[in-house]
Amino acid sequence: MNRVDRVDRVSSRERVLGRVRRALADVPRDDGTPYEGAVARAYVAEHGDRSVEQTVDLLAVNLADYRAIVHRCAAADLPAVVAGMVAARGAKTLLVPSGLDPDWLSATNAERVPDRADSSLTELDRVDSVITACAVAIAETGTIVLDGSLDQGRRRITLVPDHHICVVRVPDQVVSAVPQALERLDPTRPLTWISGPSATSDIELDRVEGVHGPRSLEVVLTFNNPFPNPL
Amino acid sequence: MSGSRTSGSTFVGMPAFPEAAHNAVNNPTLRGNLRHATHTIRAKRADAVAELSDWAELREAGKQIKDHTLRHLDRYLVELEASVTTAGGTVHWAADGDEANRIVARLVQETGESEVVKVKSMATQEIGLNEALEAVGVRAYETDLAELIVQLGKDRPSHILVPAIHRNRGEIRDIFRSEMGAWGRPAPEGLTDAPTELAEAARLHLREKFLRAKVGISGANFMVAETGTLVVVESEGNGRMCLTLPETLISVVGIEKIVPTWRDLEVFLQTLPRSSTAERMNPYTSMWTGTTDGDGPRAFHLVLLDNGRSDTLADEVGRQALRCIRCSACLNVCPVYERAGGHAYGSVYPGPIGAILSPQLRGTGSAVDASLPYASSLCGACYDVCPVAIDIPEVLVHLRERVVQGGPVTRDGSKVVLRPAKGHGAERVAMRAARWAFSRPGALRAGQRVASRTRRLHPRSLPGPGRAWSATRDLPPVPAESFRDWWQRTKGGEGGAQ
Amino acid sequence: MRVALFLTCVNDTLYPDTGRAVVRLLARLGVEVDFPMAQTCCGQAHYNTGYRHEAEPLARRFADVFREYEAIVTPSASCAAMVRELYPRMGERARAEGRGGGLSAALAPVIPKTYELTEFLVDVLGVTDVGASYPHTVTYHPTCHGLRVLGLGDRPRRLLQAVRGLELVELPGAEECCGFGGTFALKNADVSAAMGADKVHHAESTGAEVLCAADNSCLMHIGGTMTRLATAVRPVHIAEILASTEEDPTV
Repeated sequence: MNRVDRVDRVSSRERVLGRVRRALADVPRDDGTPYEGAVARAYVAEHGDRSVEQTVDLLAVNLADYRAIVHRCAAADLPAVVAGMVAARGAKTLLVPSGLDPDWLSATNAERVPDRADSSLTELDRVDSVITACAVAIAETGTIVLDGSLDQGRRRITLVPDHHICVVRVPDQVVSAVPQALERLDPTRPLTWISGPSATSDIELDRVEGVHGPRSLEVVLTFNNPFPNPL
Repeated sequence: MSGSRTSGSTFVGMPAFPEAAHNAVNNPTLRGNLRHATHTIRAKRADAVAELSDWAELREAGKQIKDHTLRHLDRYLVELEASVTTAGGTVHWAADGDEANRIVARLVQETGESEVVKVKSMATQEIGLNEALEAVGVRAYETDLAELIVQLGKDRPSHILVPAIHRNRGEIRDIFRSEMGAWGRPAPEGLTDAPTELAEAARLHLREKFLRAKVGISGANFMVAETGTLVVVESEGNGRMCLTLPETLISVVGIEKIVPTWRDLEVFLQTLPRSSTAERMNPYTSMWTGTTDGDGPRAFHLVLLDNGRSDTLADEVGRQALRCIRCSACLNVCPVYERAGGHAYGSVYPGPIGAILSPQLRGTGSAVDASLPYASSLCGACYDVCPVAIDIPEVLVHLRERVVQGGPVTRDGSKVVLRPAKGHGAERVAMRAARWAFSRPGALRAGQRVASRTRRLHPRSLPGPGRAWSATRDLPPVPAESFRDWWQRTKGGEGGAQ
Repeated sequence: MRVALFLTCVNDTLYPDTGRAVVRLLARLGVEVDFPMAQTCCGQAHYNTGYRHEAEPLARRFADVFREYEAIVTPSASCAAMVRELYPRMGERARAEGRGGGLSAALAPVIPKTYELTEFLVDVLGVTDVGASYPHTVTYHPTCHGLRVLGLGDRPRRLLQAVRGLELVELPGAEECCGFGGTFALKNADVSAAMGADKVHHAESTGAEVLCAADNSCLMHIGGTMTRLATAVRPVHIAEILASTEEDPTV
């Protein structure tokens, strides 16, 4: 940045802030109320009263409502379920984040493509499928959230391939509602919230699935036996 | 510094709203397209909102969060700047659109690139960024499906969420067939008007651009002051492509898009998708805080845009327009928008919110901006659906006052006193005369009697300004006797019996 | 209870039948109404067109004329909304303009005791069956200020459903504005007329003889469109339906 730009930038900052301060001349400033008390949050933390099992069921229903394909299996069966999905898709190559539990892939023969910093986008574009874990899943909205942890990988790996398999450990990773999800998430991580495969409402305001992201999203809800365990 | 706000050059010289609406009202294809689309989404939005028992509380919280932020906007801007900088981003400040365009153009030129991919962004449309980049030899590719349709069709956006809402599937297919080839990969052979095929054509056309792009440009739906996190809410995945694949990301965001805390997102992530696309949650939401080693862009620039927002903030009635989260529910429910179409509003912000935003961001100097406060029957449907409870009718009436009465306003950060607008002279005289008569019941009564006595002479069609009424509507017959004359003659109907 | 009829300038001049109907209806329910002759206009047209300062003396006059009554009844949802929702705002604006609290104080007494007719019947008198008879097919258009500003809700509908011989049919797109909007009808005549035509077509599609509403301003626009389009449906104010009896029917 050259010197002129720097001067310009500083002055624009002061200009904008000065205008904002003058615009608020009529407003009593710094009344001392802490922010927590400034907003009435009379809304609920979650909608309805559900058991853990019902919450997981709702997640499955809402995922499917937005055209994700949902599978449910015990942890012990996960490798077989994954292998089945990969085979059904006819996927020859499978993108794998570095921290993914290797057991999950123990039953599939698809070629593993590691998530590497130096992979080119064209390489990623040639991969058939990607498999990841997730950070949290939200039942009320049918949403899975990825936070870039080692079992989820870089953001691009769940974007460029056309088929995404996401494994959710239930019930530990499932929350009922958006407020609870935000509580669990770390804002300093890059976050991707996914609710069904990509879609658009741009043609006559009607929803059509499948534009730029993965057009197929398969979510596996995997649980440690014994589950379900009604509370 | 040019000292003046910039707007998308495509809207320069727009006629006043009534003239522009005249053509739309008489265009059956457009009327059909708009009616179909807005009615489709209207019912779905109502269902999506009805799912949440605490909608009123979420709406109130959203309003209060935004109001609180605006009341302390200087503080939160400084806090945001610090958070973004700490997280590895660079913050730039732009007092107006020209300045923002110059900053972005320079940042792109510094990368050595001559093309950029763009996420749909209202702020960059507002300032005419694409045209500004083109002027310095940088080609900007719009990647949102509707924006692509508008860009390929050399058209103007007519809706906040769905800029090509005025186009039906057949028109979209024709545009793809004839225009895609000039911009890159042509439309597939035998493309039909099936929405899935049209979406597939856009996927193929844009993928090569995503994979080679080195610079992405976006706006943001929210910026979190405490963490420096930016949020983009989208559906198609084009946003994710632009936000994560390029090496450099430049986000141009209006200064009013701040929320104080991370937790505040819990309100808007519930209200925005349901108000906007009538979904429980939109397919993709991206959140990023500065830069992340080994994941996504290595350089992140945030351009904070004023461009009339601080002037709007200075108006104690009008400032509530800055609460807007650009969901477009008010457009979809508006009977005037449905019939006049988005182009008549002469701005990238059409519909009810545009009618209160444009005359504040740009001033009421132009024909179209001075006419926008009147582009409403004040039916209030917009206020009802607004997820941050912007009382749009209240602001419309307030801006009508500004047009006809003039008064103090802030422009480019300075206080000025507006004169009453021209062209309202006859109306002003009529309003004063009516006030005079209504202040004297005797005069009102004399007028009523003249009207009653001459009632057989009244024409069915009126001359002059009255023709606006009688061109499409008959006048009610004037009764032989006004109520007050009857009341007096019959002494209150003799106890109200007859 | 001392009850005043605030008829509104439009009804006084153009729709005296509506005023007579209110008087007759309330008399039947045992309420003597007074019509203060000094009343004129609430100032809504001025206010909504941007002439708030011209509306202020009219608001003060309204408050002066009606101050002493215990209830003020008006057969216009939008004029009731003007008093209840916009008079407080006028007072606030005057204060914000440095003119003190005088206007607020002058207007405050009349604001809470101003009722739209159907509110007065249902909430104050506590009746939904007003003993009316009206053997016609009727569709009801909830006008915008009644629906969204006053929140009349199902009050008009409950009153209509209790009318002998009346068949109430649903109006498609009922909650959509008819396109009147005061000076909007003149300033944006094309859009206003298109909205009016759609409303009339919807009314026609119900097969009803009568389109009923609680506001003659909207009915003036809808009715003027109906006669121009030579529609079989007629506009009738709800007061005239509720006043109608077997002995003394409203046509």
